[in-house]
Amino acid sequence: MRLAFAVAGALALAAGGAFAQQATRTGPAAPELEHGKAVYAHWCAPCHANSMGLAGTNSLTIKYEGTDIPGVLEDRTDLTAPVITYFVRNGVAWMPPFRRTEVSDADLAALSAYLTAPLEDRGAHTPLLADEMAEMEAAR
Amino acid sequence: MTTPPGIDAATFADGLAAMRSAVGDEWVFDQPADLNTYRDFYSVLWGEPEEKLASAAVAPASVEEVQAVVRVANERRIPIYPISTGRNLGYGGSAPVLSGSVVVDLKRMDRVIEVNEDNCSALVEPGVSFFDMYRHLRESGSKLMMSVPDPGWGSLVGNALDSGGGYTVAGYRGHFEAVCGIEAVMADGELLRTGMGALPGSETWQQYRMGLGPCLDGMFRQSTLGVVTKMGFWMFPTPEAWLSGSVSVMRYEDLDELVRVANELEYGNLFNGMPGFSSPVLTQENPIAMAMIPEPEVMNRMVAESGVPAWSFSPNFYGPERVIREQWAYVKSRFEHIPGVQFAETGFVDLPLSPDDMERIHKPRFGIPSLEIFSVGSRGYGNFNPSDGHIWFSAVIPRSGQGIIDANRVMRAECERLGLDLFMFAPAVTCWTRSFVLFAAVPVYKDGRNEHLRDAVREIIRTCASHGWGEYRCPPAFMDDVMEAYSFGDHKLRRVNEQIKDALDPNGIISAGRYGVWPERYRHLRRDGGAA
Repeated sequence: MRLAFAVAGALALAAGGAFAQQATRTGPAAPELEHGKAVYAHWCAPCHANSMGLAGTNSLTIKYEGTDIPGVLEDRTDLTAPVITYFVRNGVAWMPPFRRTEVSDADLAALSAYLTAPLEDRGAHTPLLADEMAEMEAAR
Repeated sequence: MTTPPGIDAATFADGLAAMRSAVGDEWVFDQPADLNTYRDFYSVLWGEPEEKLASAAVAPASVEEVQAVVRVANERRIPIYPISTGRNLGYGGSAPVLSGSVVVDLKRMDRVIEVNEDNCSALVEPGVSFFDMYRHLRESGSKLMMSVPDPGWGSLVGNALDSGGGYTVAGYRGHFEAVCGIEAVMADGELLRTGMGALPGSETWQQYRMGLGPCLDGMFRQSTLGVVTKMGFWMFPTPEAWLSGSVSVMRYEDLDELVRVANELEYGNLFNGMPGFSSPVLTQENPIAMAMIPEPEVMNRMVAESGVPAWSFSPNFYGPERVIREQWAYVKSRFEHIPGVQFAETGFVDLPLSPDDMERIHKPRFGIPSLEIFSVGSRGYGNFNPSDGHIWFSAVIPRSGQGIIDANRVMRAECERLGLDLFMFAPAVTCWTRSFVLFAAVPVYKDGRNEHLRDAVREIIRTCASHGWGEYRCPPAFMDDVMEAYSFGDHKLRRVNEQIKDALDPNGIISAGRYGVWPERYRHLRRDGGAA
């Protein structure tokens, strides 16, 4: 139930997202978005992180060249839960669909909440696992 | 509802009901939207009547649940097809080989059961991905290094079972070669542990692979004989440093000597990392797809005009800096007799890796999982984009200079004759101990071009077989064709495999057709009609 409220709230807030393009992207996500951001980190970021040389980010950057739609999914303010669900469950181009044993319905709802939340609530861009672990070890 | 071949609707419904009782309603999937996620997204049969589709999927969370599912299937003769993470893209993904099988999705079995730092080993369940394991190792402060394939979302267990490979150290990077101890649910639902795992109370399951008597680990490689629920791996202690060098030679004629000496050095443990062989002059236009090797005088003229070496060998070293620098010095000394040879140190890294190192390294060389390889298909090299996926063609070829030349020319000529595109073409990959594997990636599309692609690949399989080259792994659509090539003794290998299959799985429920091995009841479904 808590997740359902989070999704509804996030969808409502996303309506104003277009005005948040310049939001500062630092720090953690809002607490209610942490689950969705973790799903994004595990399942999406390896191809869609804010980094060069990744299949998803490269493809979307080229696809939306000449528009104001960013190539990094985490920077998008035009996504909706049905669109996210469609691509996660059906795949596109080289991206295969994801099964419910991988991304559960609850995970998917949380992911949608994250990717439709106001940019300022999403916190810093999600790092690649390799970078996250290297930073963690460097801090030890 | 689609039912498995030879199973009536009532029996199938009864079986699914019993599976629901075993694993819970929410973990049995039989609706189209869910089954769509189990399709092989890179299938060369996509959208055609012959596409290999699951009739249902079931996702047990424990060994006991796997046993219950297998017993339900065995009692009703329902064919099942276990997958670990189902991310074996290019080789079948999460779809069964026998259309109509129930996929047993083991993704929920995702426990790292043990990492033993002193023994340098791990014991994991099939749902553990390389990403999962890397996070586990780093967060726990482990001193151990994984070996990973290019895509990191796969399963340690599944990738090893399919004979996947990585880039690290000999004995570890051929992933099945690092396996030590398997637990599998057999077709009768009973649990088998191989090696020392068969001895109750033993602490040596991940130490001594053989146990007593025939070593049965191999029974589960690319096989149809059990559902693997645990697997042990030997792991490499993270070295102090890594060094990569290059040995470049300037004449067509130098390749044989380059490979001969490199082999002797590797087999003598003078370097431990995965070596590379390439032709700089033939990869100028496309660094990931080597051109056809021309006649000697043509190639030597290209080298003279461009100044770019004809061939290069790249040894890699993992170890303490002073040791690997000495090894590199010795390796260089062994090639000094080749006229015009050039040496270069192309990389050196102190471990552990810093955040800055991450920007300049090839992550899989350090056992770090990523999905960066997929960028080659999304607007990468070549003119094939956007394609809808890829398949791999990967034949074992002789480990010699002549082996590289012959395989390159035959493959390039056949692809040109048959109109088959290649977007990656590496004529000698060395993941697996003492072998060369010709690697060619073929783009696939969902727009009707696949029939031609299938015909062309089958012809290339036959051509390669006529030269004595057989694939080590292949997509499901070609498993019968590839196994057909392993025909010594009137297909004795396949016949023995099928005798074992019929003895251990008399109802033929597990992974029918995988790698060309069919149980008696489905043998007529082999592409040749079961004649052999």
